[in-house]
Amino acid sequence: MTGMYSEKVMEHFRKPKNMGKIEDADAVGTVGNPVCGDLMTIYIKIKDNKIHDIKFQTFGCAAAIATSSMITELAKGKTLDEALKITRDDVANELNGLPSIKMHCSNLAADALHKAIKNYLQKKEREK
Amino acid sequence: MKKIYLDHAATTPVDKKVVEAMLPYFYKHYGNASSLHSFGRKAHEALEESRKKVASLLNVKEKEIIFTAGGTESDNIAIKGIAYKNREKRYTKGPHIITSSIEHPAVLETCKHLEMQGYKIKYLPVDKHGIINIDELEKTISKNTFLITIMYANNEIGTIQPIKEIGQIARENNIIFHTDAVQAIGKTPIDPNKINVDLLSISSHKMYGPKGVGALYIREGLSIQPIIHGGGHERGIRSSTENIPGIVGLGKACELAKKRMEKDTKHIKKMRDKLIKNILEIEESYLNGHPQKRLINNAHFRFTGIEGESLLLSLDDKGIAASTGSACSSKKLQPSHVLIAIGLTPIEAHGSLRLSLGRENTQEEISYVTDVLPEIINRLRKISPLWKKQE
Ligand SMILES: Cc1ncc(COP(=O)(O)O)c(C=O)c1O
Repeated sequence: MTGMYSEKVMEHFRKPKNMGKIEDADAVGTVGNPVCGDLMTIYIKIKDNKIHDIKFQTFGCAAAIATSSMITELAKGKTLDEALKITRDDVANELNGLPSIKMHCSNLAADALHKAIKNYLQKKEREK
Repeated sequence: MKKIYLDHAATTPVDKKVVEAMLPYFYKHYGNASSLHSFGRKAHEALEESRKKVASLLNVKEKEIIFTAGGTESDNIAIKGIAYKNREKRYTKGPHIITSSIEHPAVLETCKHLEMQGYKIKYLPVDKHGIINIDELEKTISKNTFLITIMYANNEIGTIQPIKEIGQIARENNIIFHTDAVQAIGKTPIDPNKINVDLLSISSHKMYGPKGVGALYIREGLSIQPIIHGGGHERGIRSSTENIPGIVGLGKACELAKKRMEKDTKHIKKMRDKLIKNILEIEESYLNGHPQKRLINNAHFRFTGIEGESLLLSLDDKGIAASTGSACSSKKLQPSHVLIAIGLTPIEAHGSLRLSLGRENTQEEISYVTDVLPEIINRLRKISPLWKKQE
């Protein structure tokens, strides 16, 4: 069954990077669909308009966990503008591709990141 | 790495004795069972000898068995065969066919196909253990109901239906009763005469026989309309040159099942009970299906905060082959209809794990599984946003 996933996906599934919660996160983004069985939460810490720290928690298949892990690697250290430009396809490409049926349901990490950033920006706006 | 196969509900290894029995029918006795020459006669002999063995396992007459290309085909032949025979009833008020909401797709999709042709089908709900309600079945029956098709035992959660009571009701109301016994055959003695079953499907590859072969029991005197037309093989019900090696394999598998059932059942049930006991010690783990009325080889769990495909791949990394009702591992991306029918939420259904045992499993293998599973669950729960008990 692992045959449907690239080695890179399995690597990130077996040893995900940056997993867990950030207790004092500046913002959180949660996306997912319980029917498909994928839910993910991204936690971010922002410093100087950059993603200083990022972690994730994911309930889902190997693709969902691997994309979560990958997005944290892609986003870390990036400015908010840069991070907002990371797409679902970027994540999939970095993982050397995803099975086509997983592209829709399980490739949500970019959405979760964008949501976290938007939540952060909205919070900033309100604090002004 | 040692590999442990705990997915016997998906398919079983072919018993060595079965393979040995089959081999000569590929290269030596390869005749067409319809041919008159010695090659043909040899094949025909094997065909009838195998029929005897299948009939003997079910304690029925040889002429009540026809060979098919698997469980799916047996279900299709039975259900469509009876439906087409009763096609004029389509124009009456239904339900014409009563089934359950947790059938295998071989039955469910066949029923949906018939629905498109105007038959009215009732899909009976099940309780939290996966058992249909007998009173509801009785109430659902109309004077136009001509077929009840309810599985003997469920392929996912292993729940065994009250088949004898259903058979009784069918008989009293003059309704034909088909049961898909693909998962149950060989694991418990089944005698269609004792349980008032008129049609019964079996599949060879779930009972240590080869894939692509099955059989259908059709009660003597019951007439069904063929859905596969051709040279008139198998009493005209299932045309096509008989798959003699496969049929010999099924016959041998039935012979072995009959001989070994008592011993195998004891061995497998003991391992299964230990597996359930040990796994339920994991925090927030639950058994799906009925605590007693379940197949002796089936263990089905759910774990809070865990998604099945991740669990499956993690087990696979440890050499353990299992199965899940999670959508992520299915082509449809929908959680199992069986788990939803027993009242699980989609998230709960995604957290499910089926371990189905077989005769070649050992106590050591079971111990290994209960040793490694808690670590895997812990790891996945650490990643999961649905597992709140962190820190
Ligand atoms: C209950 C049940 N019915 C029918 C089938 C289909 O059998 P086959 O694979 O031989 O077509 C299966 C196996 O997947 C099954 O578990």
